[in-house]
Amino acid sequence: MIGYILVLLIVLAAVSYFFGRKRAVRAVEGREYLLHSRPNYHGAFVAAWVGIPSVLLVLVWILFQGSVIDNLLLWSLPPGTTDGLSVGQTSLLLSEIKSVAAGNLFSEPSLVVQEAAERYQRWEAIAQWAMVGVAFSVALLGLAIASRRISPDFRARHGAERILSGLMIACSLIAILTTLGIVLSLLIEALRFFDRVNPFEFFFGLNWEPQIPIREGQVTAGGAFGAIPVFAGTLLIALIAMAVATPIGLYSAIYLTEYAHPKVRAVIKPVLELLAGIPTVVYGFFAVLTVAPAMRQFGEMIGVPIAPNSALAAGAVMGIMIIPFISSLSDDAIAAVPRAMRDGSYAMGATKGETITKVLLPAALPGIMGGVLLAVSRAIGETMIVVMAAGIIATLTATRLSPVTTVTVQIVTLLIGDTEFDNPKTLAAFALGLVLFLVTLGLNILALHIVRKYREQYE
Amino acid sequence: MVERDYAMEAKVEERPAIRVEAPAVPKKKEGDLPVEQNELKMKASDVNLWYGEKQALFDVNLEMFDQSVTALIGPSGCGKSTFLRCLDRMNDVIDGVRITGDIRLDGEDIYAPRVDPVQLRARVGMVFQKPNPFPKSIFENVAYGPRIHGLCRSKAEFEEIVERSLTRAGLWEEVKDRLQEPGTGLSGGQQQRLCIARAISVNPEVLLMDEPCSALDPIATAKIETLMDDLKKNLCIVIVTHSMQQAARVSQRTAFFHLGKLVEVDDTTTIFTNPTDQRTQDYVTGRFG
Repeated sequence: MIGYILVLLIVLAAVSYFFGRKRAVRAVEGREYLLHSRPNYHGAFVAAWVGIPSVLLVLVWILFQGSVIDNLLLWSLPPGTTDGLSVGQTSLLLSEIKSVAAGNLFSEPSLVVQEAAERYQRWEAIAQWAMVGVAFSVALLGLAIASRRISPDFRARHGAERILSGLMIACSLIAILTTLGIVLSLLIEALRFFDRVNPFEFFFGLNWEPQIPIREGQVTAGGAFGAIPVFAGTLLIALIAMAVATPIGLYSAIYLTEYAHPKVRAVIKPVLELLAGIPTVVYGFFAVLTVAPAMRQFGEMIGVPIAPNSALAAGAVMGIMIIPFISSLSDDAIAAVPRAMRDGSYAMGATKGETITKVLLPAALPGIMGGVLLAVSRAIGETMIVVMAAGIIATLTATRLSPVTTVTVQIVTLLIGDTEFDNPKTLAAFALGLVLFLVTLGLNILALHIVRKYREQYE
Repeated sequence: MVERDYAMEAKVEERPAIRVEAPAVPKKKEGDLPVEQNELKMKASDVNLWYGEKQALFDVNLEMFDQSVTALIGPSGCGKSTFLRCLDRMNDVIDGVRITGDIRLDGEDIYAPRVDPVQLRARVGMVFQKPNPFPKSIFENVAYGPRIHGLCRSKAEFEEIVERSLTRAGLWEEVKDRLQEPGTGLSGGQQQRLCIARAISVNPEVLLMDEPCSALDPIATAKIETLMDDLKKNLCIVIVTHSMQQAARVSQRTAFFHLGKLVEVDDTTTIFTNPTDQRTQDYVTGRFG
């Protein structure tokens, strides 16, 4: 139903485009050069007035129709029906009414519910037709207003362009508002967590045991929310990943820009960037099934015990994953150093190596730093590889061989299985998520800032 | 024909109007002496060069003398920059370049297998068309050469070399208080003199200049021309230029290139007043190019 209405409105807008066009041409009796704007703009202007307000109205209507009807239903129930019901029980009652209205009967519903269900059906129908009526009257109103303004002197192009730029602003606002919404939801839940758990304990505590009994009689640990071991684990794995990815990425970038034949480069660069397209789950398999056992065997050979789910395996594989970030951005940065710099250095009698280390890398450093920081934020936020290849238990350790856990792994484990949304165990996930978000956001902003600063350098 | 020659001479005589310093008095003296009395520094014999399939230089023979300026003139694409880049083997950096013939520096073949182009370029410096200081401090720009060639051990030695090079390039007074500021922050003319200071910091024997003034205003150009007069006292300078006035002002010998061939080379005065070849005549009088 909604779909049909939207399609109809769009068709109406398309028709009014031709209507507006024709009207503009008729206003000057076919002498189009007398128009301030070309007829197309008049048409677009009318179409925008017809289409945009009515479609927006339908969307807003859909958004609020449900809750308005729900509230009306609750009011219409006989007094005293909802007395003493909790929020959850009330919404249970509502969904019972709705399922009765939809014809799904599990048991004989009470009289109150049956009556409410009938009302619900009636109101739904009224609301739907009201929406159709209002939407089309808004569309026709738009048509009337817009077509009245058509005249030879009307600056329709400015109008149409203003509407278009408004649409673009709205689109970009959606992305920003979504980010804002994510931050707010994280923030609110995290604040609820900090109501129950001392922030000091969270940020500086050394013990992470979030298993709190959710049911009576469940045997678990007492629950401790010191996040330091989790942060340390994240940091350790990210460090290992960077230790793997930075030299490999940087060296391959140097090879690609300075040494590789263009034909070789045309093959290697896309292949390297293919690494970024591999799903992280697949990297997880690779870490758990190939790298970790190989490391353990190697450890046994040299007499060092390496846990099967060590930080080393997860970090190394994650490092492989983020190589393309570093190599690709560094490659761009090095290639962007003007040829004149290379010539200047060679003409001074510098070797290729000296030119790279003394001129190209310093000049490209901001771009390289940007790539590295982006890679770090990617490594910190990476989940799947560590879920599969690293441990779950938060141990505070500096060695790379024993299992560690990361922020992302803890969020996953906190939110699967038995959960309850006003339990510190569940809320802890949001606090961790907030910290993670802030750190990666900060790194991204820093990276973008550095990259932008670099771009200005040679202009 | 005679009229045109006079016109050209008149142009040559306009020098004092454009130059900041007095006209090249020493040049006049040298004009009396045959330039060939100076020591032969570089000699190119039968140089051919191909970019891939396309031949860019045809049997170029040219002698360049110490303590003098040799100007290479000719229309765009005539191979004069390409030839210049052969002299310090900068064409080696470009893929698909093939060179035959013989280029000698002090009698030594610079394309011999035992010659490392890296070492050669320390003896043959180069200044480019567009000033290309490194994105480093002024000090580091000049210290770059001595640093990579290990010429200095202590900081004091570096400071001394930097000051001497900047002084020779006529830039010391302008930048001595801001040596740590980035070289890219200087004006175009100052940047070009910084690049000259950088080139002479390793005491090269030959200085190649590829249209060093084409990106500069007349005042900066005049400063660099004056500088070349000073520098040539201990250097062999080879300059590519599009400005015939500049060639006439700064050089003692001029070589005219056309379509990859060296058409004529002679004393600058002769080239501009009494050229042998009709093409040279047409070019220096502005008939084409």
